Amino acid sequence: MQVTITVNGVEHTRDVEPRMLLVHFIRDELLMRGTHWGCDTSNCGACTLWVDDEPVKSCTMLAVMADGKSITTVEGLAKGGELDPVQQGFMECHGLQCGYCTPGMMMCARALLDRNPHPTEEEIREGISGNICRCTGYKNIVAAIQWAADNPAAAQSEVTA
Amino acid sequence: MQTPAPVDYAKATSVADALAKLQEHGEEARVIAGGHSLLPMMKLRLARPDALIDLNDIPELTGIRIEGTEIVVGAMTRHREILESAILAEHYPIFREAERLIADPIVRNRGTIGGSMCQADPSADLSAVGSALKGSAVVVGPGGTRTVPLREFHQGPYETVVGPGEILTEVRYPIRPGAGSAYEKVERRAGDWGVATSGVYVVVSGGVVTDCGIGLAAVGAEHYCSPEGEAALVGKEPTEENLAAAAAATAESCSPNADQRGPADYKKHLANELTLRALRRAARASQGA
Ligand SMILES: Cc1cc2nc3c(=O)[nH]c(=O)nc-3n(C[C@H](O)[C@H](O)[C@H](O)COP(=O)(O)OP(=O)(O)OC[C@H]3O[C@@H](n4cnc5c(N)ncnc54)[C@H](O)[C@@H]3O)c2cc1C
Ligand code: FES
Ligand code: FES
Repeated sequence: MQVTITVNGVEHTRDVEPRMLLVHFIRDELLMRGTHWGCDTSNCGACTLWVDDEPVKSCTMLAVMADGKSITTVEGLAKGGELDPVQQGFMECHGLQCGYCTPGMMMCARALLDRNPHPTEEEIREGISGNICRCTGYKNIVAAIQWAADNPAAAQSEVTA
Repeated sequence: MQTPAPVDYAKATSVADALAKLQEHGEEARVIAGGHSLLPMMKLRLARPDALIDLNDIPELTGIRIEGTEIVVGAMTRHREILESAILAEHYPIFREAERLIADPIVRNRGTIGGSMCQADPSADLSAVGSALKGSAVVVGPGGTRTVPLREFHQGPYETVVGPGEILTEVRYPIRPGAGSAYEKVERRAGDWGVATSGVYVVVSGGVVTDCGIGLAAVGAEHYCSPEGEAALVGKEPTEENLAAAAAATAESCSPNADQRGPADYKKHLANELTLRALRRAARASQGA
């Protein structure tokens, strides 16, 4: 079945089997490996990307269901060579160890801050509660997102530019 | 790697189109809503439909509105929209309280009320809410439209009155002026299905409980409700003693199974305690406190 899916602003048309999961379309058809694929059971959130600006677990959506939609992956976070403040925050605060959960964490963090630019610690923890990290214990991830909330400069220069 | 078995797929553009496509693809076709129960089951071969009819692009199936004395929620309304609905927050805080504890924010972006009701998982929170509120379901099929009380909608675990070729289009809840409502759930960790849950509404008028509804999930309550608990409370003053007696009658009426989430006596204990907490809060809210 033919699908046309826009990923990070670029349109891709492919012929796929209806049973193909969106995560495999992104990783194996488009060879974009930023989106990770972890539990495969809708639990870990490593595969999170945005479908029309809403975070979705891409292991639990068929590629054909995304036909005609606009998708943003972790590769789409940085703009014009500038890291998103969320990405910067993960660097500043050591928000990752192995990095497996990181793309999903970042996609949820950015979506959270877009809706709620000044979240409390509890709201941050709630915002990433669909993302499992087996390394960090979450403390530094929460700190990284807080850092991004406190340093929205990169995002602001985007808006004013 | 888990991948569903080969399957046909078609996008429906209206309810009529969905019904026609279901007919066309035959008995083994299934509709897909958020896909957050169906796709995991297809990966595990617990479900193996021949064809999927996608309901995600049918605008008439989404949204929350008031119609006369009822709140109407379209079947494709996502958990997230229910969580954030001002209409539901005003009339029935039970929705917000339940939704905050359903899965996680990412799953809530996709999962729908229709999918949740039709999946009929014994632990489904919205099924408990619907039975507590004594709502109704609108089911449309080749034979026309019928309205089914939610307390008759579920026929058992993973079974509903929705037949092959039919779809659930909306869920309706009667508005009850002055009602208080609340939801309580114990889960093992954030985002998990409940070990036990209880959701209630209570109307207190002239110092007595004139009306109430008690819904339960994950504790083996038939049709996700406890008429026994309700009968124990209606007509009584909302004193701690009377609320406790109703909660005890509720726990008595359900028959939980032991599983990885806990032994049966623990779940019965939770049914009692969570119902009591929900009744207390709902009764207080109904009295404007
Ligand atoms: C990690 C995780 C945690 C979860 N935690 C919870 C939880 O704590 N509490 C809870 O209640 N739920 C929980 N869920 C379930 C979640 O609420 C699901 O989204 C929901 O049960 C199914 O909704 P869906 O829209 O994804 O349905 P789908 O998976 O698309 O469909 C489910 C079934 O319903 C049928 N169906 C769907 N819509 C219709 C319709 N309109 N008419 C007729 N048939 C229809 C489908 O054919 C299918 O058989 C969880 C899910 C996940 C993945
Ligand atoms: S791989 Fe999708 S949620 Fe874990
Ligand atoms: S950094 Fe290893 S899983 Fe989160």
